[in-house]
Amino acid sequence: MLNPIDLAFKKAKKENRPALLTFTVAGDSSKNQSLIILNAISKYVDILELGIPHNTPVADGSQIQTSSYRAIKNGIKIEDIFWIVKKYKKNKNPKPIILMGYYNMIFQYGEKKFLKKCKKVGVNGLIVVDLPWPENKSFTKECKKKSIYLIQLLSPTTSKERLNKIIKDSHAMNYFISMLSTTGGKLKVSPKKIMTNYFKIKKINPKKNVVIGFGITEKSIKSLKKADGLVVGSAICKEISLSILKGQNPVTNVANLVKKLKYKIL
Amino acid sequence: MKLKKGIQVIDQGNKLGFWGGKFGGNFVPETLKKPIEDLEILFNKLKKDKKFISERDKYFKNWIGVPTRFIKLENLTKHVGGAQIWSKVVSDANGGAHKIYNATVHCLLAKRSGKKIICGDTGAGYAGKMLSMAAKKFGLKCKIFMGAKDIERQQPNVKAMKKNGAEVIPVYSGSQTLVDAVSECMRFWVANCDTTAMCVGSTVGPAVFVRICGWSTSQISRELKVQLIDEFGTVPKKLKLYNCVGGGSSSFGFWNEFMDYDKKQCEFIGVEAGGPTKSKKHAAPLTYGSKIGILHGAAQYVNQNFDGQIEETESISAGLDYPGISPLHCFLKDTKRARYTAASDEEALSAYKLVTKYEKLRPSLEPSHAFSVAIREAKKMSKSTIVVVNSCGDAYKDKKILRNRLGRKYA
Repeated sequence: MLNPIDLAFKKAKKENRPALLTFTVAGDSSKNQSLIILNAISKYVDILELGIPHNTPVADGSQIQTSSYRAIKNGIKIEDIFWIVKKYKKNKNPKPIILMGYYNMIFQYGEKKFLKKCKKVGVNGLIVVDLPWPENKSFTKECKKKSIYLIQLLSPTTSKERLNKIIKDSHAMNYFISMLSTTGGKLKVSPKKIMTNYFKIKKINPKKNVVIGFGITEKSIKSLKKADGLVVGSAICKEISLSILKGQNPVTNVANLVKKLKYKIL
Repeated sequence: MKLKKGIQVIDQGNKLGFWGGKFGGNFVPETLKKPIEDLEILFNKLKKDKKFISERDKYFKNWIGVPTRFIKLENLTKHVGGAQIWSKVVSDANGGAHKIYNATVHCLLAKRSGKKIICGDTGAGYAGKMLSMAAKKFGLKCKIFMGAKDIERQQPNVKAMKKNGAEVIPVYSGSQTLVDAVSECMRFWVANCDTTAMCVGSTVGPAVFVRICGWSTSQISRELKVQLIDEFGTVPKKLKLYNCVGGGSSSFGFWNEFMDYDKKQCEFIGVEAGGPTKSKKHAAPLTYGSKIGILHGAAQYVNQNFDGQIEETESISAGLDYPGISPLHCFLKDTKRARYTAASDEEALSAYKLVTKYEKLRPSLEPSHAFSVAIREAKKMSKSTIVVVNSCGDAYKDKKILRNRLGRKYA
C-alpha cells in the first residue's frame, strides 16, 4: 500500500501543480485551536506539517519560536500533540500528517514508543531537525518498519557526495532547505537559483519527491511552482501571531491565507 | 564506560563524536554539517602542526600573559586549619578569565579558514569580552549574543565588549540567559555559516567545539603541573583540584594534564551552581541527577522536564547558569574520574567574603562556588594535602551583585 504522502504527491501531479504543505505548531495557540486550524485549512492543503514545540530550537526563526513558546506556555504536552493528530484524522477527508520537531522530545519519549504512538494515531511522516544523516540511520530503519517516512533535510551546504548518500538511504520524500537561513528568513537567494539547486538534487533520484521550504511566502510561492511540493510555515505562524495581536480570529485568517497560497500555485 | 590512558580525553570520542558511546555527538541541522566538518578537518590538522602550535604559544605568552600565578593562600590556610590551600590565579590572564584561551584559538582558526566575521555566545560576559578582544586583535568583525537578563547583571563586561568594537545582540527569548544566547548564536550561524565562524564559549555544543575549547583551556593544567613540580619537586602525593563547573571549560582545562594520575593522588572536584537555598531551581545537572538529553547539539546530563523541554535554571553566577554540562564532564562523572557537588548562592557569597577577608584575591562568583566546597572539605584534611582552587575569573564584573547582596564594603 502506498503511503498517503505518495498519494498526495500523485494527486498534485495529476493536477499539474506542486503539492502544498503547511506548517503550524501543535498547540498554537491552544490544543483545541490548533486542531480547528488543521480542519479549517485541510481542504486546501495536500500535506499538513505539525510542529512539536521545543524551547531550545536551534534552527527556527522568530515566527516559529513565538508560536512554539506560546504553545508551551499554554501547557501543550507531547500527549496532547498525539491527541490533536488522532482527532484530526477523524476529518472526512484527512490529509497526511508529518510531525516535525527536535530529537530530545523523541529521545525522552523513547524512539520505539514514540513511533508506536505515531503509528497508532495516524502520523505519516517525521522530520527531526537535529538528527541528520548518518546519525539518523537506525531511526530511519525503525520508521520504515512502521511505514512512517523519515524525511531527510538537504541544504545548500550539503556536498554532492553527501547528497548522494542521504538520498540513497532516504524514504520517498525529501526536504530541500532553500537557502542558508533559519525558518522564516527573508528569501536571500533568487528563485531561479533555488530551482537550479533543486533540479540538481532532483536528478539524483527523480522518483523521490522533493519539497522546498524556508522563506516561502505568498509573494514567492508562484516562482517555485515547478517543485514537487512547497512548504509554507513561518508565514502562517506569523498570521496567527498577528491575528491574536489584532484581536481577530486566527482560524479564519489562516484559512484565508492558505486559500490564497493554493490559488497562486494552481 | 572507560577512560583511556595515554590518549587526550578530547580525542577519546568515537567516530560520531560520542564520549563513552553516549555523550556529545553532533545533533545539528543539516546546514551545519558541512561547516562543522570543515572545522573538524582544519582543527585535526592544525593541532598536530608545529607551526600552528608555536603561533598559539606565542600569543598565549606575549598577549594572554602565561603562565598565570600559582600562590599559597597562607592566611586562609591558617584560618581554615587543615590542608594547604593554594590557588591558580587564572584571572591574571589578559581580560581577567580563562575564556581568553578558547577565544584566541577560535580566532586563529577563523583566520586560517578565511572567515571575516566571528560570532559567539556569552553568559557572565567573559566569553564575549575575550572573543571581542581576540577578534579585535586578529582583525575580525565580532557579534556577541547575550541574554537580556545577563546584560543587565554583568554590565562591566558588556561595556568592555562594546569598547572592543563588538556588536552585542540581546536575546529576549526564553529565560534570557546563557542557554538562550547559545541557541540564538547557533541560529545566527545556521543562517551565516558561509561567511562567519562560530566560537562556542565553553566545552559544550557539537563535538568539535567541545574539543577545541578543551584543547585551548588545557593550557591551565600544563602550567600548573610545571608550577607544582617547581614548588614541591614532584606532583604532590595528595592533590585535590577544585573548580567550578558551568559548561565546564575552566575545570576541564585545570584537570586535563593530571588525567592519567590515579584519583587517589590527584582528585578532581567539580562544583556546580546549586542556586538559591530557597529555590528548587539550580544549575547542577550532575549533582542533582538530571537525565541525559540533547542540548545545543550534544547529548549530556541536562535539566529538563518529563517531555524533554529544557528547564530554566537559577544561579547568582551568570557564568554557571546553564542547564546542561559538557559531555566531557558527563564522561568524567560516569567513569568516576571526577567527583561533582554543588554550592548554593549563599555558600558562594560567604566563601567570597572569607577569601577576600584573608587574601589579596577577588574570585568572581563562579570560582567562589569552588572555594566554598574547598574550604569546607580542607578543614578535615591533613596538612600534607595540597588543595588547589582555580580562581578562573575576577570579581570586577560582579560588583553590582556583590554590593546588593553583601554591601558596599565588598563591592
